[in-house]
Amino acid sequence: MVNLSVTVASLKLKNPVMTASGTFGYGEEYSEYIDLNRLGAIVVKGLSITPRDGNPTPRIVETPAGMLNAIGLQNIGVRAFIKDKLPFLRQFDTPVIANFFGDTVEEYIRAAGELSVAEGVHALEMNISCPNKQEGWIVFGTDPKRMDHVISEVRRTTNLPLIVKLSPNVTDIGCMAKAAEGAGADALSVMNTITGMVVDIRQRKPVLANNTGGLSGPAIRPIAVRMVWETCKAVKIPVIGMGGIMTARDALEFLIAGARAVAVGTANFVNPAAAVEIIEGIEKFLGEENISDINSIVGSLQINERQSNHNSDY
Amino acid sequence: MYKFFTAEIVGNTSQNTHFKLLTLRALSEIIVPQPGQFYMIQTGTACDPLLKRPFSIYSIRQNHLSFLYRIRGKGTLSLSQLRESDMLQVIGPLGNSYPEPDGDFIAVAGGIGIASLLPFMRKYKNRAYLFYGAMKSDELVMLEEARELSKKIFITTDNGSDGQKGCVTCAVGDFIGESRITHNALPIYSCGPTPMLKELSQIARAAGLKCCASLEEHMACGIGACLGCMVKTVTGQKRVCKEGPIFNLEDIIW
Repeated sequence: MVNLSVTVASLKLKNPVMTASGTFGYGEEYSEYIDLNRLGAIVVKGLSITPRDGNPTPRIVETPAGMLNAIGLQNIGVRAFIKDKLPFLRQFDTPVIANFFGDTVEEYIRAAGELSVAEGVHALEMNISCPNKQEGWIVFGTDPKRMDHVISEVRRTTNLPLIVKLSPNVTDIGCMAKAAEGAGADALSVMNTITGMVVDIRQRKPVLANNTGGLSGPAIRPIAVRMVWETCKAVKIPVIGMGGIMTARDALEFLIAGARAVAVGTANFVNPAAAVEIIEGIEKFLGEENISDINSIVGSLQINERQSNHNSDY
Repeated sequence: MYKFFTAEIVGNTSQNTHFKLLTLRALSEIIVPQPGQFYMIQTGTACDPLLKRPFSIYSIRQNHLSFLYRIRGKGTLSLSQLRESDMLQVIGPLGNSYPEPDGDFIAVAGGIGIASLLPFMRKYKNRAYLFYGAMKSDELVMLEEARELSKKIFITTDNGSDGQKGCVTCAVGDFIGESRITHNALPIYSCGPTPMLKELSQIARAAGLKCCASLEEHMACGIGACLGCMVKTVTGQKRVCKEGPIFNLEDIIW
């Protein structure tokens, strides 16, 4: 028997495969396709203290081996989630991680506060890739000081494991990771989507109504693997790796690069059984490699020694 | 796992320059679809195109599902190049279906919208006043079957190369005016491009006729998770893939 269980912060998971926020609804949508008990954890669609309608359509556009989305954080709000969606999720033997966000520090605090006392929420994942309404719409997660402030405030609000989801739209992910760790994060999710744009050349307009959107899917995977590796070098807290994971092989790249767990996102859209197939694939791989415990593959990456003539330019 | 299955291509044949008919043989037991429902179908063999594409069911016989499609973008182009014995992942049937008509009805198809209406007309044979519009004659497909299934057929093309020259909604408007259809006499069923549906909803409203239509939006998953395909209605935002694709047009906020 291969041991697949991992511990992230104080959260014990039966396997390291979670669903990425925004790609798995509130779990219900997938329950007719897979057994939700199989998952390591369910990360639900991002929640705000008040419901949101999101952006106008088109909200999504396919790109080479990926997709761009600008859903605009549409959600039913923290209270409706607790009342209407959590009871369903409580039936399953799978931890629920509530992803949340706000336009202001105050909104983050209120969302975190209410989610923290809800029965059946096992951890919080904080989306900091949102613009701050009170400070010229500068994204919280791209400025170490603002990030430190909002995470510290949320940290004071909750006793649940606090996972911070980092934005890749920064110069140095290691620096942001350290700031989040210093502010009290128990774990980091790396990474959110990369901002992109697709242009309709006939109309001379961006395809998305929101002009820009977040790029996800296999197209971003090598960037995500690199960022997970850099983050793991920078911090001591566990890292959850995500970005374009489609198969067990992809998930293993992240684990080897140092991620304690992984999240499957866009793949859920393509194949509703993707997460379960990935769990099975990891188990099979470990069996083939005669590895009895998944934890021994985490961070097993052997870095090539750099020669003096090596350079990061090509 | 009835709604998520692997299927083998048993036919992918050209109807004319623009249209093909894809026939899949499901390798497992499937749910019988209703007219108006759709499937998410893999259109390539690698990660590009990444997302499945939604296709209305055209016909079903035992475990053989057929889809009539127009080669338009990257997904349908890739699909058009696949061959017999290629395997595809399929999700479906998805979404709701056309409501049952009491008697005769008006069917309005714009372009490839005919694909979604033909199975409905096959179910209720000789009850449709079909209005079928396209840009030009070679963009009309399955005309013979359409003729056979309808009580009366009205064809329009933008350039006059077949049927009446002009827009299909104009023909519908004329018909309603001439035949003096009374309130709720004939319900309208429609599938076609959004501008056509918008016009049709105004015509239906003015004439006091019920009108439902199959809507189109970009969607990533087809199963209600991505929230890419939202449409605004009088009772709030709805997912085209889950609460639709068939909506009463009077409920839509355009």
